Amino acid sequence: MTSDWWQRLHAAGPASTADIADFAAEIRRTTLVTINRAGLGHIGGDYSVTDILSTLYGRVLRVDPANPDWADRDRFILSKGHAAVSLYSTLALSGFFPLEWLETFTGPLSALNGHPNRNKVPGVETNTGPLGHGFPVALGCALAAELQGSDRRSYVVIGDGELQEGSNWEAFMFGGHRRLTNLTAIIDRNRLQQGDRTENTNSLDPLDAKVEAFGWEARVIDGHDLEALHSALTAPSDRPVAVIAETTKGKGVSFIEDRAEWHHKVPSAEQVALALEELSR
Amino acid sequence: MSTVLTDCRVPFAHELIELARADERIVAVCNDSVSSSNLGEFRSLFPERMFNVGIAEQNMVGVAAGLANAGLIPFVCAASPFLTGRATEQIKADVAYSRANVKLVGMSPGVSYGELGPTHHSIEDIAWMRALDGLPIVTPADDEQTREAVRWAAGHVGGVFLRIGRFKVPSVSGGQSPAFAFGQSNAVRAGTDVTIIASGVTVSRALAAAELLADQTVSARVLNISTIVPLDAAAVIAAARETGRIVVAEESVSRGGLGGAVAELLAESNPVPMRLLGVNSFAPTGSVEFLLDHFGLSPEGIAAAARELVGRA
Ligand SMILES: Cc1ncc(C[n+]2csc(CCOP(=O)(O)OP(=O)(O)O)c2C)c(N)n1
Ligand SMILES: [Mg+2]
Repeated sequence: MTSDWWQRLHAAGPASTADIADFAAEIRRTTLVTINRAGLGHIGGDYSVTDILSTLYGRVLRVDPANPDWADRDRFILSKGHAAVSLYSTLALSGFFPLEWLETFTGPLSALNGHPNRNKVPGVETNTGPLGHGFPVALGCALAAELQGSDRRSYVVIGDGELQEGSNWEAFMFGGHRRLTNLTAIIDRNRLQQGDRTENTNSLDPLDAKVEAFGWEARVIDGHDLEALHSALTAPSDRPVAVIAETTKGKGVSFIEDRAEWHHKVPSAEQVALALEELSR
Repeated sequence: MSTVLTDCRVPFAHELIELARADERIVAVCNDSVSSSNLGEFRSLFPERMFNVGIAEQNMVGVAAGLANAGLIPFVCAASPFLTGRATEQIKADVAYSRANVKLVGMSPGVSYGELGPTHHSIEDIAWMRALDGLPIVTPADDEQTREAVRWAAGHVGGVFLRIGRFKVPSVSGGQSPAFAFGQSNAVRAGTDVTIIASGVTVSRALAAAELLADQTVSARVLNISTIVPLDAAAVIAAARETGRIVVAEESVSRGGLGGAVAELLAESNPVPMRLLGVNSFAPTGSVEFLLDHFGLSPEGIAAAARELVGRA
């Protein structure tokens, strides 16, 4: 079955904020059910990035689900590949592949394993999973667009814990050096990593000052405010833009929010019922 | 009768704590992997001797070399794909080439992350580490071997790569003492027609394969190789001479892996017909058990390879 969300969001002109909110709620529900069915997933990081994904696919990215390899599409890379289920849900609901694929997630020979694979999943640009890889690849995509004289843009979502990998800072440095205005880095600043808070592990603050020092424009916003996300992701700049999206890990379900243990805990059947109720309010 | 199965991270952590109580030079270094490396108790007991550098494997290995420079004995504990893949050059230059006394502990290797996919599988680690000059590679197969290997690693002066599995395994040492002796293999089953050389999680599967083969009147020897570098050349050459055929079964790529090591040795000393079983491509989606079977590492798969060699298929 192909979802009709793309039609709903794009057929009658630009999507409204209310449409994006509905889309995000649907992504969260789909993610929950998919993780519960498979008994595996990273729901905390899926939910912190959901509003970012719904905004990108609902009203920012220039992509075509019917033609995922279109040469001049915008490039989107989920560097924090462990949030694969939120990406799979977004792509399936957008019509990149049939919704039924989600039912095979992690099953034998499925196209959908725990981390996204570009050779199996339409709409995925590069294989992620080891942290600290997506940003340099997105940087390369932006350099290629510049060289080829294309107005396509590159977007990458990076986890905040992920920023501890030095490769990200190499990419910040070169992106700033090249003043790549066609590149946007989105930091999912949920303040948690796998085992603890980022600031208890290897602190990142002041993050805005750090990225500014590398030649980027930092835009610090509430990562669940859909209008703030939309404008931060679309307003032009004379420098590469880093959107520091202040998010809540597990956003949308009270008992999952802001708890380290929900990095990769799998909700039980009862918890799914409770969560679905909260997500449908 | 139920077999006790061990997640080897448990005896690893237990032994490390015992060693650390007795020797304050022992410290742990990790990459946001306190729980996946089972270091929670170590951290509570020795908070100041635990360095969690965050998600930064290159820094992690360099930091360990610096700690070793001051006479400390760092155990670097991280998921094996990220430890050996991300920090390969730090391992080469800062540990192997510099001869720093750093213990590199690759956790949850092979395909033990199952459904998480090839980015999280560590099938190349043995080949990568084996290419480095002078870095011992130790792959305990069960609870007893893990304890003894950790103790040996702490006492050995110099870098070590220790591969510690999360996939639960039965005891294959059967009360042998010592269960682990550096540089020595264990013949865990006698046999005359073919030798199955295995390591880590494949040892119990090789033993089960030997049972299946016995039912078909094929006598299979099983060698548990728990030190891949340096390889127990005498035992491997004797196996080639005495049984005439070798099957290698490993939870990693054969190219450069244990299969490669055995083939290199025998090519120069005593060539015999061989079959190299391993995880020789990026895995499809599936659970650990599914993937081991998929790559022919089930008892049936190993037995079939052995039968083919023996010519009684
Ligand atoms: C190179 C590498 N090291 C370690 C891991 C294991 N790991 C997976 S997710 C994660 C925590 C990520 O935290 P963050 O980037 O903040 O993501 P989020 O909070 O959005 O889930 C870790 C350490 C990995 N996938 N890759
Ligand atoms: Mg985070």
